[in-house]
Amino acid sequence: MKAIVNISLKAGVLDSQGKAVHHALDSLHFSGVDDVRVGKQIILQLSTEDKTEAMNDVTKMCEDLLANTVIEDYTIELV
Amino acid sequence: MKVSILQFPGTNCEYDTQHAFEDLGATTEIIWHKAKSIPEDTNLLVVAGGFSYGDYLRSGAIAKFSPVMKAVKNYADNGGKVLGICNGFQVLTEAGLLPGALKRNDGLHFISKHHNLKVINNDNIFLEKLSNGDVVNIPIAHHDGNYFIDTDGLTELEQNNQILLKYTDANGKTLNPNGSVDSIAGVCNKEKNVFGLMPHPERAMELLLGSDDGVKMLQGFMEA
Repeated sequence: MKAIVNISLKAGVLDSQGKAVHHALDSLHFSGVDDVRVGKQIILQLSTEDKTEAMNDVTKMCEDLLANTVIEDYTIELV
Repeated sequence: MKVSILQFPGTNCEYDTQHAFEDLGATTEIIWHKAKSIPEDTNLLVVAGGFSYGDYLRSGAIAKFSPVMKAVKNYADNGGKVLGICNGFQVLTEAGLLPGALKRNDGLHFISKHHNLKVINNDNIFLEKLSNGDVVNIPIAHHDGNYFIDTDGLTELEQNNQILLKYTDANGKTLNPNGSVDSIAGVCNKEKNVFGLMPHPERAMELLLGSDDGVKMLQGFMEA
């Protein structure tokens, strides 16, 4: 099973990279963009096929290492 | 006076830090990150600057799991004095020894220059040689120096006099180089034995190098 972890800065924490990308899109005349957030994706190849176990494990990985929950939010998708 | 200085793969300010403290009369020892303990006669533990583990994932994120960090936590929990400079500050926030987090500079650039800092709270061993409102000139060199803490956390820092230094101009007027909340350059923990700052006092130890304002800062520890 694969776990796809998406990590991005929390709402309310200024995302300066997102802002810079937004600005660049504006200057390329892509006018329909209201907001840009830049995050990172971590793809984990897991040995388990048990979804509950996988979700528990990956949540702990996010809390301990993959995300800094002071400034970042994460989502986990199992596929 | 014994200063132990942590060295992770990618640390690069350990020898500057060693030189600075030896100039002040301390004996020093560099501690490799695989050590399971820190020397018993340590009076001050410094987490030196650099790019531990190449800043992979986030600055300081991998270093916090180095074997030596357990000993560092124990040392701090028992009242031992800990100073984190630059990447050391990032490591200490990641490890939960200091509040807040450091994110990418707002301008997205690495900033390397001398900057003025105003002393906000000197009721601690680190800044006791300086007065509140004093302005010191210290180099900064960082990509991820943008200090973040939420509103409640900021209130707590203010109430407990945990804000050490803020970025200013030469007159002490706010000048924020990197987007830090409230222009904060350094903080300490509630118990005032763990200190962290992005600027490099160890690089401001002699006028020949542009400033010796770091002497007054590091000297505070020498009388511990």
